[in-house]
Amino acid sequence: MMRPARTLSWTAGLLVVLAVVTVVSAALGPVRIDPVTVAKAILNAVVIPTEIVTGNARAVPLVDRHVPVPGLGYAPVFGFDVPDTHQTIVSGIRLPRIVLAAVVGFALAAAGTVMQGFFRNPLADPSIIGVSSGAAAGAVAAIAFPALVPFGSLHLSAFAGALVTAFLVYAIATEGGRTPVATLLLAGVAIQAFLGAMISYMLVHSGDDLRQAVIWMMGHLHNSTWGDVQFALPVALIGVLVLFTYARDLNVLLLGEEDAHHLGVDVERTKLLLLALSSLVTAAGVAVAGVIGFVGLVVPHIMRLIVGPDHRILLPTSALAGASFLVATDTLARAGPAEVPVGIVTAALGAPFFLFLLVRREVHSV
Amino acid sequence: MSDGSADEPTARSRPDPATIAVRDVSLSFGDLRVLEDVSLTVSPGEFVGLVGPNGAGKTTLLRSISGAFEPSSGTIEIGGTDVHDVSSRASSRFVAVVPQDTSLSFSFPVRDVVEMGRHPHRSRFSSPTVDDRDAVERALERTRTTDLADRPIDEVSGGQRQRVVLARAVAQATPVLLLDEPTASLDINHQIETLELVRELVDDGRTVVAAIHDLDLAARYCDRLVLLADGTVHSDGPPQSVLTRETIAETFEANAAVTPNPVTGTPTVTALSDRTPFAGADSEIGSGRADGGDRFAAFPVHVIGSGTAAAGVLERLERAGVDVSVGPVPAGGVAEEAARRLEVDYLAVEPFEPISSDVRAAVDARIRNADVTVVVGSALPAVGPDDLESLESASSLVVVEPESGGSRTDENGASDRLGGGWGERARKTPMDGLLEAIDAELE
Repeated sequence: MMRPARTLSWTAGLLVVLAVVTVVSAALGPVRIDPVTVAKAILNAVVIPTEIVTGNARAVPLVDRHVPVPGLGYAPVFGFDVPDTHQTIVSGIRLPRIVLAAVVGFALAAAGTVMQGFFRNPLADPSIIGVSSGAAAGAVAAIAFPALVPFGSLHLSAFAGALVTAFLVYAIATEGGRTPVATLLLAGVAIQAFLGAMISYMLVHSGDDLRQAVIWMMGHLHNSTWGDVQFALPVALIGVLVLFTYARDLNVLLLGEEDAHHLGVDVERTKLLLLALSSLVTAAGVAVAGVIGFVGLVVPHIMRLIVGPDHRILLPTSALAGASFLVATDTLARAGPAEVPVGIVTAALGAPFFLFLLVRREVHSV
Repeated sequence: MSDGSADEPTARSRPDPATIAVRDVSLSFGDLRVLEDVSLTVSPGEFVGLVGPNGAGKTTLLRSISGAFEPSSGTIEIGGTDVHDVSSRASSRFVAVVPQDTSLSFSFPVRDVVEMGRHPHRSRFSSPTVDDRDAVERALERTRTTDLADRPIDEVSGGQRQRVVLARAVAQATPVLLLDEPTASLDINHQIETLELVRELVDDGRTVVAAIHDLDLAARYCDRLVLLADGTVHSDGPPQSVLTRETIAETFEANAAVTPNPVTGTPTVTALSDRTPFAGADSEIGSGRADGGDRFAAFPVHVIGSGTAAAGVLERLERAGVDVSVGPVPAGGVAEEAARRLEVDYLAVEPFEPISSDVRAAVDARIRNADVTVVVGSALPAVGPDDLESLESASSLVVVEPESGGSRTDENGASDRLGGGWGERARKTPMDGLLEAIDAELE
């Protein structure tokens, strides 16, 4: 039975964890700021739309110079007394990166949960149908051969690469209105291999841009801006919300496609929708942060051990846990004497933990 | 029906939602034709069993009725709605399916699995209604799975899991229920339990179609059986008319005895050995001797002989429904084994030992009381001269001659050595003509 109370309490609990992780993360860095000041500064950065204005009449902290919806005025909700330098460090430098980490972790863990359920395969993660490789190809192309990419933006190029790849894999695997999951997986593997070759070729010829391209591919959140957040947040949030309304269909799909059909699920349509949405959500995350591995694989597994296989609770909790996980690992990534790409940290932590679960036989097929 | 329509359609009106009408359905997988012009009507509240050999198309037909497979031609309607014209959501409101195996390797609690049966009735955004909760609890009670409700599905036994999947179908609250081998892989107690439950659901007014490979269970629980063979309906009717020796021989290519179950009275099918010691034995099955068994049944026959020839005679006579005894047969021989398997009255003696007077008396009594005594040509090695003398008292004699050119050592022209008066009045017949010979002897 659906236990909405259980879902709500888990969600609330994980939101609290996310808030704590955020405050701790924002307090850490070259300049140490005490957590209370950090919390105040974060709250100061919260704005709500208050009035309809013409043009970019008001500059507000969260959106800096860009007002996302022209014609809407924002105002801060709180007015705590925080030193200007601290306010700037928190809301201008650290917070965009933390929020972006949360958004990307949220997106990847949610998409990983859906993919594992969809493929009924514990190894599935958002990259399995080539989304990440597509994004990497798009990004590397934009970095190494800017002239070839019609739209200058790295994000858009990576985003487009991810979506085109997902669509291609889906189209190749579909025959006569049916998309067998096994075919989808194989098509994804083949396309990934092909894109790997393309990426390597571009890297070889990227000259001075090699370092930038490699760092992008490792997954990083360096130099994140509120602009990145504006790009990724709406897609991830709306995508995951819609996916959440399909949580019950996803449960029924776990019984197998024929059973799902007999229980009233429009199997092919639902598969297409789940694939499209999780690809979109993954693409949004990967486009702004590069290929960050293991979040989409490990977090859903851990949450499945804790809350069980029911996607109505697993999906929101995985997404929120993924958000906290990536904020925490990114804090580690930037805490050391020399910053490392966060993808290295997630894989370095995630892989041994996954092996630990595997040896303990805690991880089995979905 | 619109107001202006003619009287006739109004009179026919819409069929009961629990009616299944399969019309001229054919279905192929690539070049493989799986169903061919299958037509079938199931009335509300009927329990129809689909029986037939592996590969006959039982599961395919079920899947076509459920809407999972679209037939290449023909229509399938449930309650007047073509199942292939409507969405899966719509069809799942009038037909539920209990599949042969459900992949349940993940650990949903049993109650959650049953709740999935409510999926077609629920909107995407609402939490379960009181109706949904009631339906789930009732389904759990109905299938006696309430105690399991909070256990993970992957930790319950096979029989319990089958009941849980049945509970899911019950919670789905559809007028039509399709079951694919509901008792496969279950212990006998769970088989009975499951089918009793299905029977209850039928008695509540649900229409059930089930593919069942266990013919005895199918005969016991179904109102009607549909025997499929090679993708076509071979026969369709009450169990006792569908399960006959002939239909089973034709469709399963197996020799079987069909007898009423002593406990339930429903037909019981006992598959017999396929070993047919003589060529042409198969051709006799179902070739115009369909009612032969009944004609013979009242006339006890005693058989004297041993080896594969005697075993063949016994098997033929049993198949024809003849009440038969045999003896003496050498203990541990082929004839004794056949007699035991066919549950025929037999008198065994130690091979190569003199026959005791007790056994001789018993053999004499059986020969005297038999309407026909059949001497299998190869009998001589096993039967001493004294036995042959007692044959004089037999009321009627048939001698089965070995096949001409037969190379078996135990078939070396016994009838030539039959002496005395009885040898002359005996009717001699090859193995193939045995039943005709007995028939003639009785007239």
